[in-house]
Amino acid sequence: MADQSIGQRVLRKEDARFIAGKGRYTDDINLRGQAYACFVRSTVARAGIASLDLTAAESVEGVIAVLTGRQIAEDGLGTLPCGWMIHSKDGNPMKQPAHPVMAADSVNYLGEPIALVVAETYQIARDAADLVVVDYDEKQAVSDVTLAQAHDQLYEEVPRNTVYEWELGDREATMAAIEGAHHVTRIKIRNNRLIPNAIEPRAAIADFNPATEDLTLYVTSQNPHLVRLILTAFIQLAPEHKLRVVAPDVGGGFGSKIFVYSEETALSWASRRLGMAIKWTAERSESFLADAHGRDHYTEAALAMDDEGHFLGLHVKTQANMGAYLSTFASSVPTYLYGTLLAGQYKTPAIYVEVDAVLTNTAPVDAYRGAGRPEATYVLERIVDVAAGEMNLSPVEIRRRNFITNFPYATPVALEYDTGDYVQTLDRVLELAEWSSFEARKAESESRGKLRGIGLSCYIEACGLAPSQVAGALGAGVGLWESGEIRFNPTGSVTVLTGTHSHGQGHETTFAQLVSDRLGVPINDIEVVHGDTSRLDFGLGTYGSRSIAVGGSALATASDKIVEKGRKIAAHLMDTSPEEVDFEGGVYTARQSNLNKTIQEIAFAAYVPHNYPEGLEPGLAEKAFYDPDNFTFPAGAYVCEVEIDPQTGVVTIARFSAVDDFGNIINPMIVEGQVHGGLAQGIGQALLENCVYDSNGQLVTGSYFDYCMPRADDLPSFQVDLEVTPCTHNPLGVKGCGEAGAIGSPPAVINAVANALGVRDFDMPATPEKVWRAAAGS
Amino acid sequence: MRRVSIQLQVNNKSVKAVCPANATLATLLREHLGLTGTHVGCDTSQCGACVVHLNGVSVKACTVLAAQANGPEVVTIEGIGSDKLHPMQQAFREHHGLQCGFCTPGMIMSGIDMANRGQATTEAEVRKGLEGNICRCTGYHNIVQSILAGAGKMQSGEGA
Ligand code: FES
Ligand code: FES
Repeated sequence: MADQSIGQRVLRKEDARFIAGKGRYTDDINLRGQAYACFVRSTVARAGIASLDLTAAESVEGVIAVLTGRQIAEDGLGTLPCGWMIHSKDGNPMKQPAHPVMAADSVNYLGEPIALVVAETYQIARDAADLVVVDYDEKQAVSDVTLAQAHDQLYEEVPRNTVYEWELGDREATMAAIEGAHHVTRIKIRNNRLIPNAIEPRAAIADFNPATEDLTLYVTSQNPHLVRLILTAFIQLAPEHKLRVVAPDVGGGFGSKIFVYSEETALSWASRRLGMAIKWTAERSESFLADAHGRDHYTEAALAMDDEGHFLGLHVKTQANMGAYLSTFASSVPTYLYGTLLAGQYKTPAIYVEVDAVLTNTAPVDAYRGAGRPEATYVLERIVDVAAGEMNLSPVEIRRRNFITNFPYATPVALEYDTGDYVQTLDRVLELAEWSSFEARKAESESRGKLRGIGLSCYIEACGLAPSQVAGALGAGVGLWESGEIRFNPTGSVTVLTGTHSHGQGHETTFAQLVSDRLGVPINDIEVVHGDTSRLDFGLGTYGSRSIAVGGSALATASDKIVEKGRKIAAHLMDTSPEEVDFEGGVYTARQSNLNKTIQEIAFAAYVPHNYPEGLEPGLAEKAFYDPDNFTFPAGAYVCEVEIDPQTGVVTIARFSAVDDFGNIINPMIVEGQVHGGLAQGIGQALLENCVYDSNGQLVTGSYFDYCMPRADDLPSFQVDLEVTPCTHNPLGVKGCGEAGAIGSPPAVINAVANALGVRDFDMPATPEKVWRAAAGS
Repeated sequence: MRRVSIQLQVNNKSVKAVCPANATLATLLREHLGLTGTHVGCDTSQCGACVVHLNGVSVKACTVLAAQANGPEVVTIEGIGSDKLHPMQQAFREHHGLQCGFCTPGMIMSGIDMANRGQATTEAEVRKGLEGNICRCTGYHNIVQSILAGAGKMQSGEGA
C-alpha cells in the first residue's frame, strides 16, 4: 500500500465520481411529482410596489400557484437575519432594515425577488413569470459606496444610510504618531466589487410531507446546519427536528453559499403551503443579480514613519458597501475580519481603523473568498509599497525593517499571533521569483518595446474561526466550534462524520488521511460523511479556511478518544492493564509480551462484547466538539512579475511565485490546488473582474460577456512553495489554506503594474484601457 | 410548446425521446435521459460546463437544440470510460485537475477533443484551447497539466 500518512500527496477519493460525471449536485436530484419554481425579480433598483397583477400568470395552463412577498408576511414568517451584531463608536447597536424573504411593499435592488411562480415545468413557470405585472413607483437609486451617506434615506430606520460607524484601535496614539512623524504616506484606494461566480449556480429543492410535517431541503450550501438553524429560529419555517437540510455535492462556494437566501427560504415556505416538492435552479443571470457580492470598499489611509522607514502609526478610514440589506454575515466582514488584520506582518505600534458600513441599492455584499482580509491586505501592501518609494527604500527593505520577529505577538488591533517566520517566507519567495535578476529580464522586455514590473506582497490572515467566547464577545450570533464523529463499524471499516462541508476542498480525502494516520486504518476503509443534518448532530460548515484547523482538530480529538477506549478493550483481551498497552500503526501491543491486537479486532470485540472489560460500554464510536483557543495565522509572501504592451495596454502575468506558511500540511497536492485557485481569483480581481452598477442601480456587468472571468490563457502556471511553522494551539499544528491565494495576490499584481508603469497610484482592475492611458501619460 | 420526437445515438445506445421543440441538447441529456454528468453553468454559452461530443467533435450542449441533434452520435462524460477510465479521466485524477468537479466533465470532453485534433502539445496551446471553458476552483494550473498528460497518454495508447 502506498504511503497515505499525513504529509503525502494522496490522490483524491471523491474524484472517482466527479471524473465519471457521477457527482450528485442539487440540480441532478429530481423528486417524483416535483413542481418547478421561477422567481419574478425586480427590474428596477429602488421603487415602491404600487400594485402587482398576477391574473395573466395565474391563468397560464400548468401554473400551480403564484405566491407573493405579501403572502409570506401574512403567513407570519420572519425576515432574513444578519448573524453578527456590530456596535458603533457611540455604543449604539448597528441599524438594519428588515430583510424580507420576498419584497412586499418596496424593492431595493435590481433582481430582488417579488413573487414566485410554481408550475408543472420550469418552462411554464418561466414564461408565466414574465406575465406578472409589477407597477413600480420609482425613486432615485444610489449604488456608489462613496455617495450613499449623502443620498436620501433608503429606510426609515437607517439615518444617513449608515449601518454602523465602527472603530478599533487607539485613536489618540495613532493621531499623535502621525502628527510627530518624519514622513506620512497617504493613499486613497478602492477595492473593486466582485461577483463570486461559483460555476454551479445556486439551486434548491424543498420537499414538505404533509402527513409527517417533515420538511427536507436540498440546497447548494456550505453549511447545512446553519441553514436549518436560521430557517427554524429566525424564519420559523419548521421546528429544527422536523427540518432536514442536505447539501449534496456542491460546485464551488467561495463564500457565496454560506448565506441563507431568499430563494431557498421562499421555496421551503411554498412547499409547505402547497404540500408538494418544488425545485428551483438559478440561471446564471440570477447568480449575477442575486448571489451575495464581495468587497466594494473605498479607503483613505495614512502611514506614519520615522526617518528610517520604521512604521509608527497607521490610520485607516473605510466606507464599506453592504448593498440593500445585511446578508447573513455581512456586518462582520468589514470589521472583525478586516480591521483586525491591519497590522499585517508588521510591528506598527499604533493603529486606528474606522469603518462606515453603508446601504445602497445593490445586491447584498457579504463574505467572498478571503472576506475582509483581502481588503485589509490590499490597503496595507499598497501603502507599504508607496511608502517605500517615498522613503527611497526598496519594497523588500521597508518590509524587512518592520517585520514582526518575536512570537507570540499582540497586535494593536486585538489579535495575538502565535507563530510565524516572515523573514523565511520572504527570503524563499525572493529566491523562487529570482528577484535579484529582475533588471536583466526588464531590459530584455524593453528591448522588445515592452514594460516590465515586479511587485511584492506579504500577507497575514486569521483563520480557524473561531474561539466561540471571543466571537461571542465581538457580536457573533453563533458558536464557532466544530464537531467530528468517528464510528468504527463492526467489520473494521470507519465512518467519519464532520460538521464542515466540502465543495471542492477535498475533505473526503484529507480527513480520511488524517484519520487513517491516527488510527492506522487504510484510507479505502474510511468514508467521510458531510452535508446532511440528518446524519450528523450539528456543525458550523466551511468558510474562513476553518475546516482543517477546527474540523480537523475535532476529528483528531475524536480519534484519540477511540484509541483510548480501544486500549482498555485491548488490555482486557491481552490480560494486562491499559498502561501496559502501546498503540501504533493500527496495532495494540502489550509491553513485554508478543501479544497484539489490531484495531479492527478491537472494533469487533466492542460490538460483540462476549469477552469484555467490566463496566465499559460496548461499541466503538466517539464524538468530539472542538472549540479553538485562538485564531490561526497563515502568512506568506507573493511576487508577481508583469509584462505590459504599452501599445495595447494588455498586462501579461509573466511569473507568479507564492510561498505560504500554513503550518503542518496533511496533503500538499490539495493545498497547492487551493493556492492555485485563490491566486486565480486574486489575479482576476486585480486584472479583469469588476462588478459595475450604473447610477440608477442597473447592473452593467450582468453576464460573462461583461463580467470578465479569468480564463486559462489569462493566467500563467504558478510557482508555489511552502514553509512550515506549526500552529501552537491545535492538535495538528495546522493553520488553513483556502483563502490565502485570493488575499495575498491582488496587491502583488497591482504593485507590479504600478512598478512597470512608474506610477504611484493605480486602481483595480488593471484593464487594458486604464493601463494604456497610464502608459501613454507616463 | 410544440413537441418533437428525436432519435439519436447517445453513448453508443440508440435513444428516442419526445421533448419540447425549444429544448436544448443539454436539457435532453439531463432531464429526459438522466445523464446529469453534462452540467449547465451559464445561460450565455460561455462556461463550457456542458461540453459533449457531437459526431466526434466538442460542442456546447446548451447551444445545440435537441431537435438539431436528431440523428447524430452524441458522447457524454458518461460514455467515455464505461469499463475502464479514459486516459484523460485518469490524467485529471492523477494531476489533481479538479476541485468541486462542476466544470470537470466539460474540461475532460474539451481536453479529449483538443488531443484528437493534435492541439494539446504545449501549455500555450492548451491554455488557448480552453478559451471556452471556465473553472473557478483550480486556477487552471492543474487542468493544463492534466490535459497535457492525458493527451500524451492518448497518443502513446497508454491506458486506452
Ligand atoms: S452551460 Fe453551456 S456554455 Fe455554459
Ligand atoms: S473544479 Fe470547480 S469549477 Fe472547475
